Amino acid sequence: MHRATGIALSAGAVLLVAWLWATAYSGEYFDMWQAFFSSTLGMVLLGGWSFAFFYHLGNGIRHLFWDAGKGFSIPNMTKSGIAVLLFAILATAYTWCSILCPEA
Amino acid sequence: MKHDALRSPLAKARGLGSGKHGFSHWWGQRLTAIALVPLSIWFMCNLLGKLVGATRFDIALWLESPFNALLTAALLLVLTIHARLGLQVVIEDYIHQKCMNIALIIFNTFLFVAVAALGLMAVFKLHFFGI
Repeated sequence: MHRATGIALSAGAVLLVAWLWATAYSGEYFDMWQAFFSSTLGMVLLGGWSFAFFYHLGNGIRHLFWDAGKGFSIPNMTKSGIAVLLFAILATAYTWCSILCPEA
Repeated sequence: MKHDALRSPLAKARGLGSGKHGFSHWWGQRLTAIALVPLSIWFMCNLLGKLVGATRFDIALWLESPFNALLTAALLLVLTIHARLGLQVVIEDYIHQKCMNIALIIFNTFLFVAVAALGLMAVFKLHFFGI
């Protein structure tokens, strides 16, 4: 799961730079990107990426704790795994709520 | 007599074991991970808060600030290193055909060096010259 989200985020990084490049150099490409990201497919991709980001962030911090030798017992692993998943779901939900209905 | 009876154990091991870059790879992955925690949170907050639905002009204006431009450049640099190292491990673990394995690792490196260069160029252009 950490790897799968990492692969997705790498693809996202490539697109992010394509978008930055379009911002700097071409109004035409920029409009194309904006249209793509406002389409249904674009929104679904952005939603997936935001979830992948929060998951990879949370789980990455979990990995850093493991590297420091902490949290290795099975109950601790299960607990931190569930915590990371919950964090990713809640953070994604909060992000999209605040984007789609900023008034609420 | 086996054909390699006179070869030293070292000669047999050569090319099979560690490529000697294991530690720096592992360490680089962790260092970039630590740097990405604050950098990516900062960038996401800005991306979602200010840059979603922004015009090219808004983005250029945002990158006019030296603080934003510098942190974005740092993010791009660290992010591409982290992505390259991470994808390389995935390639090493799952692609077993030697030729394909090496070709993908080379492509992976070229891709993310190019992504970093293009991204930095775009940030510098927007920061120093605007749209």
